[in-house]
Amino acid sequence: MLIRNLCNIALASIVLTLSGCKGGVLDPKGQIGYDEKNLIIIATVLMLLVVIPVIVMTLYFAWKYRDSRTHEIYAPKWAHSTKIEAIVWAVPILIVLVLGVITWESTHRLDPYKPLEGKGEHITVEVVSLNWKWLFIYPEQGIATVNELVFPANVPVEFKITSESTMNSFFIPQLGSQIYSMAGMQTKLHLIADEPGTFKGISANYSGAGFSGMKFNAIATPTQANFDDWVSNIKAQGNTLTKDGYYELAEPTENHPVTYYGNVEDDLFHTILMKFMVHMSGKNDISEMKGMEHKMDEHKDHSGHSDHSAHSSHTQGEE
Amino acid sequence: MSFLGKITMDAIPLHDPILVVTMIGIAIGGLVLLGLITKYKKWGILWRDWITSVDHKRLGIMYIILALIMLFRGFSDAILMRSQLALATNGSPGYLPPEHYDQIFTAHGVIMIIFMAMPFMVGLMNIILPLQIGARDVAFPFLNNLSFWLTASGAILMNISLVFGEFAKTGWVAYPPLSELTFSPGVGVDYYIWALQISGLGTLLTSVNFLVTVFKMRAPGMTLMKMPIFTWTCTWANILIAASFPILTAVLAMLTLDRYMDFHFFTNDLGGNSMMYINLFWAWGHPEVYILVLPAFGIFSEIISTFTGKRLFGYKSMIYASGAISILGFIVWLHHFFTMGSSANVNAFFGVMTMIIAVPTGVKLFNWLFTIYRGRLRITVPVLWTLGFMVTFTIGGMTGVLLAIPGADYVLHNSLFLIAHFHNTIIGGAVFGYLAGFSFWFPKAMGFKLNEKWGKVSFWCWIVGFFVAFMPLYVLGFLGMTRRLNHTNTPEWNFWLYLAAVGAIIIMFGIIAQVIQLYVSFRDREALDDKTGDPWNGHTLEWASTSPPQAYNFAVIPHVDDIDAWTDMKEKGQAYVTKASYSPIHMPKNTSAGVLMGATLTIFCFAMVWHIWWLAGAGLIGAIAVFIQRCYCNDVDYYVQPDEILETEKAFNLSGREGVKA
Amino acid sequence: MSTLSADLASTNVDAASTHDDHHDHHDTSGDTVFGFWLYLMTDCLLFASFFATYAVLFMNTAGGVSGKDIFELDFVAVETAALLLSSITFGFAMIAAQGQKKALTLIWLSVTFCLGAVFIGMEIYEFHHLIVNGHGPQHSAFLSSFFALVGLHGLHVTAGLIWMTIMMIEVARRGLGKATVTRLSCLSLFWHFLDIVWICVFTVVYLMGAM
Repeated sequence: MLIRNLCNIALASIVLTLSGCKGGVLDPKGQIGYDEKNLIIIATVLMLLVVIPVIVMTLYFAWKYRDSRTHEIYAPKWAHSTKIEAIVWAVPILIVLVLGVITWESTHRLDPYKPLEGKGEHITVEVVSLNWKWLFIYPEQGIATVNELVFPANVPVEFKITSESTMNSFFIPQLGSQIYSMAGMQTKLHLIADEPGTFKGISANYSGAGFSGMKFNAIATPTQANFDDWVSNIKAQGNTLTKDGYYELAEPTENHPVTYYGNVEDDLFHTILMKFMVHMSGKNDISEMKGMEHKMDEHKDHSGHSDHSAHSSHTQGEE
Repeated sequence: MSFLGKITMDAIPLHDPILVVTMIGIAIGGLVLLGLITKYKKWGILWRDWITSVDHKRLGIMYIILALIMLFRGFSDAILMRSQLALATNGSPGYLPPEHYDQIFTAHGVIMIIFMAMPFMVGLMNIILPLQIGARDVAFPFLNNLSFWLTASGAILMNISLVFGEFAKTGWVAYPPLSELTFSPGVGVDYYIWALQISGLGTLLTSVNFLVTVFKMRAPGMTLMKMPIFTWTCTWANILIAASFPILTAVLAMLTLDRYMDFHFFTNDLGGNSMMYINLFWAWGHPEVYILVLPAFGIFSEIISTFTGKRLFGYKSMIYASGAISILGFIVWLHHFFTMGSSANVNAFFGVMTMIIAVPTGVKLFNWLFTIYRGRLRITVPVLWTLGFMVTFTIGGMTGVLLAIPGADYVLHNSLFLIAHFHNTIIGGAVFGYLAGFSFWFPKAMGFKLNEKWGKVSFWCWIVGFFVAFMPLYVLGFLGMTRRLNHTNTPEWNFWLYLAAVGAIIIMFGIIAQVIQLYVSFRDREALDDKTGDPWNGHTLEWASTSPPQAYNFAVIPHVDDIDAWTDMKEKGQAYVTKASYSPIHMPKNTSAGVLMGATLTIFCFAMVWHIWWLAGAGLIGAIAVFIQRCYCNDVDYYVQPDEILETEKAFNLSGREGVKA
Repeated sequence: MSTLSADLASTNVDAASTHDDHHDHHDTSGDTVFGFWLYLMTDCLLFASFFATYAVLFMNTAGGVSGKDIFELDFVAVETAALLLSSITFGFAMIAAQGQKKALTLIWLSVTFCLGAVFIGMEIYEFHHLIVNGHGPQHSAFLSSFFALVGLHGLHVTAGLIWMTIMMIEVARRGLGKATVTRLSCLSLFWHFLDIVWICVFTVVYLMGAM
């Protein structure tokens, strides 16, 4: 039947993609991405254990018990069987039980806030989504870029993410997880590239007219030395990103060209973050807020990932 | 403050050729329609029998007409989007700039969910539910008429936005801060707010009305556990509406205050919290999808058991499964934003909760399978839709569970995989269900059956088109394509984008086939006539009435002894029995209050969108005045006389008995 | 919103009274009151959403005033007393209505109306006072959610007052027929419901805010 053929085509196309179309989430280039790909495959296979029988039974029963086959048993009043009821409840419960365990374990393992273990020290990049471009600030190197992200392969990267305006989602499909960027709040993401290369980065949450052009290249350099060279090149160019310069940059633009800043005003990311956060708590003193935030950060590092940031506790509070 | 608020000549988008052509088309079509109504002198009938009617069957038909009109509009949007994305590859901008394209995808979402699926569902419920429980009408007939006109007002506002101003460019969820005045200064979001608010109110009133109907007006003998399964699933859906729509009302009211009075609920500055909006929105939005799909489950259950000539397998299981889905539907909303940065415990909890919903849904699928088992399945159009649903929805359910795993969602969130998933469940679940119900109950509502051949053509176009259009989106999601992109520049995606566009065109042929089916069936209505009121050898009480039913539905309220009440009556020889005499039947009179309130509130909303305060005040006061006047009026009912009932019953029971013999 | 709640209330009454009386088990005024109960439950959820939002936002004062700075408990206590008392007087009105005492019903309804009007008057004064002192809803998320929650309740009470006016006219002109008493019962439910909501507002917003 046509339906069955279609299903086969559908399944075939899924398998085809699984087996390696280039550049997507099923062609990962980093640990997080690999884990997530495996998770998708395992879960899909588990579910197919029920899904395929259901589809086959649907078509088979419809064929076998169609009205022209009068020789088949006809039981118009048969409507209950404890045995069958028990099985039809038990089968999905079992599958969901297994999937539930996998979900619980993988959610904790793949928590975007959790630093990658056993991969050495991470470098930090501060990410700001602007209308409609990405600003990357390297606090340790003192440089910044727009719409280009460079980091060494095989070194974990910690992203601290916020937004100047609307909500976006910071996403490099081949490296794995995405996370929202929201004004006045900081989210975190830990990623790693297991091999050098240039990967596409996008915003995965619609944010207005220039959204489609909000793309960047994420470049993993082969070695730390290559990365250091890249940094010193940018530093050599000069070009300081001041607060005023930032506000100019924050004006809406579309398809913004790649831009480098050899210098960044101190604590720019913090200023952007606190611009709205000040208003949250009724304290006007920025330095006090900053102290609080640092304290929270320390607390976070000690207590693992139980308490992420100001905002995640908000989210929890609403449940 | 200007007399006309923010309206200027610029509000009419004369610069956009697509819109100008659409407007001219609508204007000509409208004039032709008005001309035809005048020529055939149908204004009186239209007003007396339809617009002011409080008859639940007629209101149901009007809901479905509204849903079909909005289906055409929403589907045109879909065709525009798919063709834009098929053309705007390799860096080409295509023919729809973001300014226009962003409105289209927002309108498509709002229309398909709020103004196509909801009215379709409510329409079927209106026609069938009171009949199934052996009632003469709903509990509050005027309220039912008002609900319809409030829904229609929302739809009218949606369409006005095409001509005056713009629609929201925020996506159908209208997340702040994007939907705040700072980032969306135009009137688009205001249209969105008022269209949803007014139709949401109509939906809320409907749910209260039908809950009272179900709990208070069942035929004698019909205990809750003897209620037909469609009535049960609608009841669960109504409970969900009553529990979730107030949240939508609240969240839209807050966004309104933010935009109109400079409040700071969801703004970036002064302490606003946009995450609050997102949580509240989905606390409504997630139950909403079950509101859409549960009645569809009920429809499939009715169809399967009718066309296999069997009792429904596991009736109680089905009810408990629906209840479990309804309750679980309220504690899963966070799965819409796993990527917001909640802790792993929170994400994992909501992920597992979401998966648990797959259990009762799976049970339902198995129960349908075992209803077919040892039956005599007649492969009619409603059955084709049902089988198509069982195959399609299973796939949609599987991808849904996949998205419920936070680790998988981190890479699939907001991608075209997600788009494919929810179209898979909403089209494959809800829409297939409504179309199945449409062809199943059409003879009941209209008095003649639909043409089978064109129905089958339509079904095959829909299902083939569906797979061709949406399977590529799953692939594109895996390839890293995110939703709401205006143009692309990735050659690997092109093939799949073209394929999806072809799929949309195949679905279009399905819709055209349905229009032809309606035309052909109407033309051949004499031959397709249903005189017995029971064309499919049905099980439940709606088939005990004439087709179409009399205004009072049942001359005598039947006594119910079985879940399949009508089958039971037929077996006991209680069907088609004419009594010697009948008592007069007390019925509600028609009223123009509903349509007048709908009109005045449309004016109010339109004036609010454009900040024409005097007109808004006038509209609101007008609506309240009409309402108070209506409430104060006591002349609202009449009696149907016994001799009139006797005559109708004699003729019907005669043809009914002949039908049974044949 | 509030007008619509009043609308719904009277719609139920009206439509149900027109409903057929064929089923002998089927008591239409019971339907009306049940329907009105359901409506009140949805209204309850509306308030719950605003309460939840207030709970999330009340700390977000944006450097401006907090509850402690602006709430005057004595004033609000008088307001509360007026509303609670009005519930009792409405109770007397219902007893009078059940006993078919038209004049007494009208007197108690008038007393209830006056107490309700005092409540609304005081609330308007409080809002006005806050706004002229620069604490309007546009100054912080806390103030926004405060004005919205308390204002929503105020709108409901206003709608209740309009409804009460209409009911007084109806009672005066038509007496205490079955339909009219059913409508009064719905209004009574509405009025007591608003009282309960106000107790929550008083506790959550004013008492906890001022502490």
